[in-house]
Amino acid sequence: MTDASVVLRLSGITKRFGSLLANDAVSLELRAAEVLALLGENGAGKSTLMSILFGHYVADAGCIEVFGKPLPPGDPAAALAAGVGMVHQHFTLADNLSVLDNVMLGTEPLWQPFSRRRAARGRLLATASRFGLEVDPDARVGGLSVGERQRVEILKALYRGARILILDEPTAVLTPQESERLFATLGELVRQGLSLIFISHKLDEVLRVSNRVAVLRGGKLVAEVPAAGIGRDRLAELMVGRVVERPVRVRRAAGAVVLQLENVFTPRVRGQGSLNDVSLAVRAGEIVAIAGVSGNGQEALADLCCGVVAASEGAVAIGGERMVADPRAWVARRVARVPEDRHAVGVIGDLPVWENAVSERLHTPAFSRLGWIRRGPARRFARALVETHDVRLSGIDVPTRSLSGGNMQKLILGRALSVGDQVAAGAPPVLIVANQPTWGLDVGAVAGIHGKLLAAAGHGAAILIISEDLDEIFAIADRVAVMYKGALGAVRPVEQWTLAAIGLAMAGNPAGETLEASDAA
Amino acid sequence: MSEFFDIIASAPFWVATLRIATPLILGTLGVLLCERAGVLNLGIEGIMVAGAFTGWLAVWLGAGLWTGVAVAGLTGASLGLVHALFTVWLGVSQHVAGLGLTLLATSLSAYAYRVLLPTVTTPPTIEPFQPLAALAGLPLIGPVIGAQTALTLLALGAVPVVAYALYRTPVGLAVRMVGENPSAAEAQGLNVVAVRTGAVMAGSVLMALAGSFLTLSAFNAFFFNMVNGRGWVCVALVVFASWRPGKALLGAVLFAAFDALQLRMQQAGDILPIVVPYQIYLMLPYILSILALVVMARRAAYPQALMKPYRKGER
Amino acid sequence: MRLEARTNPSRAAMLAAPFGAILFTLLVCALLVAWAGAPVGRTYALLFEGAFGSRFAISETLTRATPLILTGLAAAISFRAHFYNIGAEGQLYMGALAAVAIGGQGAALSNLPAGLVFATMMLGGALAGALLLLGPAVLKIRLGVDEVVTTLLLNFIALLFVSMMLDGPMKDPLAMGWPQSVALDPAHEFSRLMERSRVHSGLLLACVLAVLLWVVQRFTTFGLQMRAVGANARGAAFAGLPVRRVVLACALISGALAGLAGLGEVAGRTGYVTLDMSPGYGYTGIVIAMLAGLHPVGVIVSALFVAGTLVGADSMSRAVGVPNYISDVIVATALLSMLVATLFTRYRVRWGRA
Repeated sequence: MTDASVVLRLSGITKRFGSLLANDAVSLELRAAEVLALLGENGAGKSTLMSILFGHYVADAGCIEVFGKPLPPGDPAAALAAGVGMVHQHFTLADNLSVLDNVMLGTEPLWQPFSRRRAARGRLLATASRFGLEVDPDARVGGLSVGERQRVEILKALYRGARILILDEPTAVLTPQESERLFATLGELVRQGLSLIFISHKLDEVLRVSNRVAVLRGGKLVAEVPAAGIGRDRLAELMVGRVVERPVRVRRAAGAVVLQLENVFTPRVRGQGSLNDVSLAVRAGEIVAIAGVSGNGQEALADLCCGVVAASEGAVAIGGERMVADPRAWVARRVARVPEDRHAVGVIGDLPVWENAVSERLHTPAFSRLGWIRRGPARRFARALVETHDVRLSGIDVPTRSLSGGNMQKLILGRALSVGDQVAAGAPPVLIVANQPTWGLDVGAVAGIHGKLLAAAGHGAAILIISEDLDEIFAIADRVAVMYKGALGAVRPVEQWTLAAIGLAMAGNPAGETLEASDAA
Repeated sequence: MSEFFDIIASAPFWVATLRIATPLILGTLGVLLCERAGVLNLGIEGIMVAGAFTGWLAVWLGAGLWTGVAVAGLTGASLGLVHALFTVWLGVSQHVAGLGLTLLATSLSAYAYRVLLPTVTTPPTIEPFQPLAALAGLPLIGPVIGAQTALTLLALGAVPVVAYALYRTPVGLAVRMVGENPSAAEAQGLNVVAVRTGAVMAGSVLMALAGSFLTLSAFNAFFFNMVNGRGWVCVALVVFASWRPGKALLGAVLFAAFDALQLRMQQAGDILPIVVPYQIYLMLPYILSILALVVMARRAAYPQALMKPYRKGER
Repeated sequence: MRLEARTNPSRAAMLAAPFGAILFTLLVCALLVAWAGAPVGRTYALLFEGAFGSRFAISETLTRATPLILTGLAAAISFRAHFYNIGAEGQLYMGALAAVAIGGQGAALSNLPAGLVFATMMLGGALAGALLLLGPAVLKIRLGVDEVVTTLLLNFIALLFVSMMLDGPMKDPLAMGWPQSVALDPAHEFSRLMERSRVHSGLLLACVLAVLLWVVQRFTTFGLQMRAVGANARGAAFAGLPVRRVVLACALISGALAGLAGLGEVAGRTGYVTLDMSPGYGYTGIVIAMLAGLHPVGVIVSALFVAGTLVGADSMSRAVGVPNYISDVIVATALLSMLVATLFTRYRVRWGRA
């Protein structure tokens, strides 16, 4: 390959965050009209590298050349001017403004006392049709679907004449069918001469979409290979660096019904889906997984099954006993709850670790008496928790927000799995409700958490897990159902689902499914 | 009952209404600009005092009236910069920084006044803006407009200017965006800190101008306690106005109308069958403001990034 | 320029912050003193003398600190729960009014034991303050109405109400037209703590309450709930803590404390209610709470500092001719400096981009 076809060159990029070395002298080249995949597990440094390219961060060392010219560091405006565009993992869109407003932002000089909206609108529509992305310029972004919003994100970059496009985990929030649509769009972009960098941790997609694959591990570039000719297993090995013990799932006969939802509706809340006549039964010893694109009611289901929200209609029962919306009652009933958002919901960051360890059970005689906290027993419990579940920290008095994501999840899971004031011994929880339990964690931590869940199921716990990660679902679930617009589809054994069928169900089109009457029970 | 309609239909009532509304319009627009950019500016009460003081001081020291207004504006911009330094650059609590700024600006104004005029007991007066007699001949609105001063016209004119700037210019879009999703603004190459600082400074200029109206037009001297809570009323009015300039004007005029009405009723005295203590009348504006907030509570469409400090890299 | 979170904020830094803030304040305000034409060193010396330099000075400072401790506590507890009670001024006046309404009945209650009446007075004062804050609290909890503006506006309403009462039903017939309330029966007043001074046992009450509040915050379940809800209401709700009840409780306690400040002033210092009995103690309480880092016992120290500044400035002003508004400037600057100092204990400044 001649130098003329190199559109982007990263040389020796190094970046440190405190004691964490996020990027270690990474050097990469991107060639014209190619798709380069940046592969690595969570925490490998892919997003950091691209954020440096786009100007969100400044590298500690190294330089970047775009189309042969050096790129001024730390300046998104300079990156945009050089022809680099980025489709962020968490969309950078304002919900309350229109599509046109979001696209036009920053494209006109700030001191201009007028705005050329008509011309901008025409240009937006022309760009959209050129690349096959339909959009309504006056639509309010908050009302668009996830796929549509991503299209706006992409159009923002194309409107500004991007010749290099970075896509950060673009399929994380899409159904399999929407992902297909995205891949078609990417193909069109390449055909029109753009060069793409595709960040992902999903091996199949990477092999499908890219020409070359760069693998990052622990901040270092460990391999740069053509996509054709490399096997999935070899890529996985490069990505992870070792053989990971995948927990083995043993099929058991399911026991009695533990969690029963009957025709449940939840109140409508602005900005979030609500449950629409949901019925579900989870039995002891089985793992039921709920798949679906986020925003289809999973939050309401999780809130309901954690005791945070009450059903407006219908019944929620555990072991036959009706439950009210009181987290304490659920905890007392031996329900282990793992929320989706570790930092904002699972713990109270400013409080020390030991206070978070007992926060769910503060009112019980074990940890309080006549309104006074029983510090001794509470701190002993916290220490036992931290030790048993291998939570790495410098002491139980540190503010909980100083823990890493993985350690925080171990703390939360450990707290949830303990019963009363017993950390390990004694009866396991009766029901485990986990919402995105392994989001954002590296492969080792994921395996650890899956191992704990499978072990609990082996001891007879009923497990309900809500996940957007289809790999996770296929790895550990016994039965799977899909949520769409607040309604739950049929619950079928995992062997009866294919990726295509799940994808269709996630998009609301259950064509080709056969309903089994017994599944509604 | 007919006395009510007599009052409302009379020109003096509307003259008083517009006069009372002027500082409210300017102050509310000022708060609106800051909050649209995502910053709560509780320094308004103090900025109004400082604007009143420095505007008056400039004129008392011999400057022209418009120079006094400009000086007040400059004071507002400086105080706005201070507020932005605390809340936008450093990201400290916007509530506390604002209240601290109010206290600082108010006490500094009082201190400066006393240092410059240590022995004075009655506040020295200046020659304020004169009513626009030339406009008194206009049909229908003549009697009302002719009795107003230039600053009231400025306030009325500011409403469409702010609206145009917010909705039809690139900088207005930038201000709205940093108040909704600062990450989005940054991803499009904008400097969030700079835009927010600019918006806060511009809003503070308007607040100071509102204060200067009090000393250079409504009254002709500087008294302690002359702002008397108008700043807080403006903060309530912005919620009532759903952060839109047109509704801000409406809210300010409505509020001022009620205030003018209760003034007239106090004076007239015998409209109501029972004797109402004058304190009740004075309470009405504040009670109204609280009601306005309650009414809008459910439907308030806050700028989504209001009061959230933006720290780059902290995603 | 940007800020980077420190991984382990040092305790030494957190303790040093208030002193750094005060030092910076004194430096900046020295400029203002110089502008007034007074010698800076002598002015500050007089300030200190006027605050702590004589028995009289100390007694005045302690007297001034008494309501400030209580309004400081009111702010500390409500701010800790992220419920910004700016209405302490109005709650103070309502508490004073209630105290006089109960304790100034004169002959009507003379056959009841004074202790009982006094206890009822205290209860009334606390209740009056709490009830005034109930409205904004409920509005915030139920409808999400911002409590900053509602409590602020209520201050004006409360003061007008007190004025109305002083003009009418609670007017002192012996005061010859001056708007003040009926006087308290001397049997219902606080006793003197120091002879020949104005220091009264309200100070003891304030200090006891401060210590009590600290104990509650640190060692009781309610204290943990309060801190949890203030730090992260969603996380607290998930853990099953009764968020709404906790916020309401904090608001009511805050209002009660401010009401007690009013009671203290009436029963300890003035003996009757006037419209100017509080030169902004409610607002100053917020500054005191922030300077103390919202720590209840720290509030005592912070209140002494602020009271000393206010008292010292009065006597200094008479001697050197520096306007006594300098005390407000000092307090405001101290608040803003404290905000910045606290920030720097948690974050480090880094130049350049991320």
